[in-house]
Amino acid sequence: MAHISLQEGLPGIRGPMVFSPETTKPLCDLVQVLLTGPHTLTPAEREMIATYVSSQNDCYYCQTCHGSTAAQHLGGTDADYELIAQMKRDYQATPISAKMKALLAIAGQVQKGGKQVTTEDIDRARQQGATDKEIHDTVLIAAAFCMFNRYVDGLATWQPSDPEIYREIGKMTSQLGYAGRDYKKPLQAIAAKQSNS
Amino acid sequence: MAHIEVPAGLPGILGPMAVSPESSKALRELAEVLLRSPNTLTSAEREIIAAYVSSENDCCFCQLSHGAAAAEHLGGNYELIDRIKQNFGAAEISEKLKALLTIAGKVQKGGKHVTAEDVERARKRGATDKEIHDTVLIAAAFCMFNRYVDGLGTWQPSDPQAYREMGQMMAHVGYVRPNWDEPVPAA
Repeated sequence: MAHISLQEGLPGIRGPMVFSPETTKPLCDLVQVLLTGPHTLTPAEREMIATYVSSQNDCYYCQTCHGSTAAQHLGGTDADYELIAQMKRDYQATPISAKMKALLAIAGQVQKGGKQVTTEDIDRARQQGATDKEIHDTVLIAAAFCMFNRYVDGLATWQPSDPEIYREIGKMTSQLGYAGRDYKKPLQAIAAKQSNS
Repeated sequence: MAHIEVPAGLPGILGPMAVSPESSKALRELAEVLLRSPNTLTSAEREIIAAYVSSENDCCFCQLSHGAAAAEHLGGNYELIDRIKQNFGAAEISEKLKALLTIAGKVQKGGKHVTAEDVERARKRGATDKEIHDTVLIAAAFCMFNRYVDGLGTWQPSDPQAYREMGQMMAHVGYVRPNWDEPVPAA
């Protein structure tokens, strides 16, 4: 049970988001700017950074949602989902660009703490072609997920384990983005379960 | 020198904010809602939570600027803010705020560190669901702001007077002021 009284049936961040609409607006605006286009880093790459940091923070809801959204951006096949799972386990061994690996290294340092990022980390990313804007966005995406993960886990929100729920979230988010959506509406995968039980 | 190119003379978060106006707009609005909008927790109390978490994250710019904002909300009581950062349990603040700072300190370590007992203690001292929610989100947000500021290696002035002036602007003008990208007078 969550630490505060939240609307039932809303997974993860959706509970507190519906509880507090005034803070939800800037949070949605932020994630919309950070994770959707147009940018030189693709939406799939941005979602991967979010997924990796959430996995390092051990936030089940965020890593599964954003991992699913990244996989959907890549095409939504089982192989795409497997690529994301592999990236979380060992991104160095995953078939992604050398630039992405260098940016994930920076994101991993930010997750530990801002001061962990070194000049060498930055130089390595730059040598792989990363721009100032891409480095800026990587640091801010990683930092933002250190917030979202703490928001979701710090209130002990409900985080269901059914993969269908996360598949639906990934599909919707990859198509609709984050801002201006109705998060009160129950997810189909959850409503179907409830009507069956 | 910062890890990326930012305009000279802008301290802390103002450098990266100047090169990324789209994300900055959302960040400024978030800070304004969390720290200054009408709330049963005073702005001073909310700035104290921000300053405490920033101090736990060892972020010089954020702890000094938000500490100054808190002090300015309290009529310039900088000594109280120093005592809170050193040991909030012994500081002259309400029992409710102490319980909320305990929750904020847990959030700083990681979301899963917050226990039902921490929340229960805050509730016994009069904290509402909304106040607990806001405490968790303020603490989480400063785990973001602190990492943004330090993760890009920003310039952070050491002159206390610079933070005093920033604190006055943050407390009395706010976070969505139109001239945000201009250097602060003392910087």
